[in-house]
Amino acid sequence: MTSEAAEILHDQHAHPGPRTYTKVALWLTVVTILEILAYVFEKQLAGFVAPVILFLSGLKFAGVAMWYMHLKFDSRIFSGIFLFPLSLAALVIFGLLLLYHALHPLPWVG
Amino acid sequence: MASVPAVPAHASSPHHLDTSTGLDSRKMAFWCFIGAESLLFAALIGSYLAYKGASLTPPFPHDTVLPNGQVVKGILNIPLTSVSTFVLLTSSYFMVLALAAIQRGDQRWGTVWLFATALAGSVFLGFQAYEFTHFVREGLTLRSNLFGATFYMLTGCHGLHVLVGVIYLLTLGVLGMRGRLGPEKSLNVEIAGLYWHFVDIVWVIIFPVVYLIP
Repeated sequence: MTSEAAEILHDQHAHPGPRTYTKVALWLTVVTILEILAYVFEKQLAGFVAPVILFLSGLKFAGVAMWYMHLKFDSRIFSGIFLFPLSLAALVIFGLLLLYHALHPLPWVG
Repeated sequence: MASVPAVPAHASSPHHLDTSTGLDSRKMAFWCFIGAESLLFAALIGSYLAYKGASLTPPFPHDTVLPNGQVVKGILNIPLTSVSTFVLLTSSYFMVLALAAIQRGDQRWGTVWLFATALAGSVFLGFQAYEFTHFVREGLTLRSNLFGATFYMLTGCHGLHVLVGVIYLLTLGVLGMRGRLGPEKSLNVEIAGLYWHFVDIVWVIIFPVVYLIP
C-alpha cells in the first residue's frame, strides 16, 4: 500500500473518541484560564503580556484545529487547504499593521 | 500477454471514494469555504488592529489617559466576555461528542449533544446581545469612533456566523429527532462540526486581540 493510500484510509477511521475530546476540553479550559490570568497580572508581566497571551491563543487555536477539526488525523490535503489561506490571512493582518502603524501612523489617543 | 490495468492499492478498500484525491468532495469543498472565511476574518481583524488606539473620542476599549491628563475608563467587560468565551469553548466540546455519538450509531445522544451545542451557541449570542445593548447605552455605536466601527463589524460578523451555526445545528438536531442521522450521515454532522469549530477558533483569536491585549 502506498503512503498516500495509507493516509486516505487513516483519514476515514482514526478520529479520536470522547475520552480524548474530554482531555482536550480540559486542556483548552486551562489555557483559557492562563490567558485571563495573564490579563489580570498585566502589570507584573510588563511588556510580555501581549506575547504571552498571543502564544496561549496560538496553543488553543492549534488544539481546536488539530483535535476537534481532526487535522491531526485527516488527510494532509485538508491541512494544506486550511493553512495556505491562513498564511495569506496572516499576511493581510501584517500588511495592514505595517501600513497603518509603521508607514502611515495615525494619531494615537485611545 | 494481455496488459493488466494499474489499480491503485487503495481502490480495493471499501472506504475508498471514487474521487481524484480519494477524499470526500463535500468535505474538500467545506475546507475551501473555511479557507475563504479565514481571509474575511483576517481583513476584519486586520482593520481592527490597524485602527486600534486611533479613536479620538470616547468610549475607548481600555482605560485611557487623554492628552489633557483625564483618565477615561474602558468600556469592555472582561469577566462577562470570559464567561461567554468559556461557553463557546464548551459548545465545541459538545459538538465533538455529538459527532462521536453519531459515528457509533447512537442517534439519541448525538441529537442531545447537537441541541446542547446549539443551546451553548444561543447563550453566547445572548451574552453578545447584552454586551452590544450595554455599549450602545454607553454611547458606543458604529458611528461613535473608529473603535465602535471596527469592533461592531468584527464581533457582529462573528455573531452572525454563530447565529447561522445555531440554525444549522438545530436543523441537524430535528433530523436526529426524526431518526434520520444514522452513522451513514456522520459526514453531515462532521461538516457542521467543522463550521462550528471554525467559528470557535475565530473567537479564540478575537478574544485576546480585542479584549485581553490592551
